[in-house]
Amino acid sequence: MREISYSEAIREALKEEMLKDESVFLLGEDIGFYGGAFGVTRGLIDEFGPERVKNTPISENSFVGVAVGAAMVGMRPIVEIMFMDFITLAMDQIVNHAAKLHYLYDGQVRIPLVVRTPAGAGRGYGASHSQSLEAWFMHVPGLKIVSPSTPYDAKGLLKTAIRDNNPVIFIENKLLYAAKGDVPKKEYTIPLGKADIKKRGKDLTIIAYSRMVHLALEAAEELKGGGVEAEVIDLRSLVPIDMDTVINSVKKTGRVIVVEEDNLTGGVGAEISSLVNEHVFKKLKAPVRRVASADVPIPCAPALEQAILPSKDKLIKIAKEIMMFKR
Amino acid sequence: MGQGCYDSTVLSAWYKDMLRIRYFEKKIDFLFTRNLIHGTAHLCIGQEAVAVGVCSVLKKEDLVVSNHRGHGHGIAKGLEVKKLMAELMGKKTGYCSGKGGTQHFSCIEKGFLGANGITGGGIPIATGAALAIKMKKRKEVVVSFFGDGAASQGVFHESLNMASLWKVPVIYVCENNLYAMSTPIGETICAKNIADRAGGYCIPSKIVDGNNIFNVIEAAKEAIDYVREGNGPFFIECKTYRWMGHSKSDMRLYRTREEERLWKEKCPINMLRNHMLIKRMYKETELDKIDKEIRNEIEMAYTFSKDSKELQPKELYKSLFA
Repeated sequence: MREISYSEAIREALKEEMLKDESVFLLGEDIGFYGGAFGVTRGLIDEFGPERVKNTPISENSFVGVAVGAAMVGMRPIVEIMFMDFITLAMDQIVNHAAKLHYLYDGQVRIPLVVRTPAGAGRGYGASHSQSLEAWFMHVPGLKIVSPSTPYDAKGLLKTAIRDNNPVIFIENKLLYAAKGDVPKKEYTIPLGKADIKKRGKDLTIIAYSRMVHLALEAAEELKGGGVEAEVIDLRSLVPIDMDTVINSVKKTGRVIVVEEDNLTGGVGAEISSLVNEHVFKKLKAPVRRVASADVPIPCAPALEQAILPSKDKLIKIAKEIMMFKR
Repeated sequence: MGQGCYDSTVLSAWYKDMLRIRYFEKKIDFLFTRNLIHGTAHLCIGQEAVAVGVCSVLKKEDLVVSNHRGHGHGIAKGLEVKKLMAELMGKKTGYCSGKGGTQHFSCIEKGFLGANGITGGGIPIATGAALAIKMKKRKEVVVSFFGDGAASQGVFHESLNMASLWKVPVIYVCENNLYAMSTPIGETICAKNIADRAGGYCIPSKIVDGNNIFNVIEAAKEAIDYVREGNGPFFIECKTYRWMGHSKSDMRLYRTREEERLWKEKCPINMLRNHMLIKRMYKETELDKIDKEIRNEIEMAYTFSKDSKELQPKELYKSLFA
């Protein structure tokens, strides 16, 4: 098997789907010659030209709206939002239009739109270039949300997202772009709503997605030294969410930690914690715990930025507390 | 009244469409006063010549994206009044099974891509539909209807810029009815004319008397010819006036009855009617007969809607995802 990076895997998915389907095209800021702020679309303009790799003005709400309109007339647009923070500018078109039109028009139109965007802190970009805002979108009926952790998953999930007939928010992670992993040359796709158990274990379930999967795996490795076998579930998509895999794991372990990079309050972990309580409360041996970013704007200073983010040590500390918990 | 070599059947078709809008809106207003309809509605009485004028020069396959005040645009694009009324009354027989309602109805089959409850929300969507048409090398044009209030939204400016850069086949039709809800245009728009803003995006424009259907049609024809030839977008500002309040709860305390009376003297329907009478195309009795037919059509639409069933709660999750 060959190894490629997370960003190369995304680029391959884009390229393959554009070759396969003429209605797929890209819209976004600096995605043409420059290749996007993180170079993900680099080279695609040479292959597909400026009509299908379309640079836009800095007008997020409108170019997402343009994508919605194009999707209504049979195109399959893929929009790049340069930093997930900037998606705030396009909330109206995503929340009030893309997510709702299929339902409001009672199925007369489909909105096959993918909004790709990098989230996550760790590079010192500060509070307007580092946020993880996925929880907001989980709250909006009509949107699907995908957030891959590996090059393999990124490619397979993006291809599925592009072929999906609904709006999909595809959340990438800045620190993962350079990460390498095995990706077969042969065509494959990964269904949305199917979690992946990245490590098997019997004592504790760690639920994660995106970059936090790697943190969970590192923590699980260290916990193993102390005799704790943690299972690491990579959700891969938040909507639809694979609760079957979660429930089966919790039935086995009875202990759950959700680790997420978005901030704690009203976050993804809060939702999953509720779902676990509703579905498998009787199997729980300890309260569901969350490891998330602190509820503050993300500071620039490296020491402060690290302090607000989830870490392996924080995860291990919570894991130990759960293992010691007595009713 | 402007000139034009239209034969009498063409004029009577416009007359019927304008009346259909007028009586539809009046019926909706009446139903609200009697509490026979739920929610809200934004009526376009007084602005009928814009919708009918523009849509009368469109082809069936051309597309329209509307706004919150969209009943007239839909009817002018050929939507059936009974299915539209049923939609407003929340019935299963409505265009969207009652899920959309007054601000979110659509009929894709007839090229009506939807009313829109967010001021300016349809402008980028129309622009994107036009981009798709250009990419597919098709010949349709897209009309984006919006009001003077929408011209202050960011998406208005952003969309005009992109449409002009990319030369997509869209016609922006601004119905300037002088008030963004209650706020007079002098307090919201720094320009003398909204069409002046199109110039800033290198888009040609026309300003017309929106109550004169001949003027609207002339401008729409010029726009459509220009846009269909692949020259890029066109902008039309129609100066007009909404007779009713912004929505059903608006008592219109921010303007005078005298101002309203003066605008009602410029009723677009009466103007066309008088033109047809002066030109001796029709007799009073003939036009009165048309009037009666349309009223009857609206009453039948109401009966149809009233007798229709509502969607069941068990169908709530249908069409959440495609």
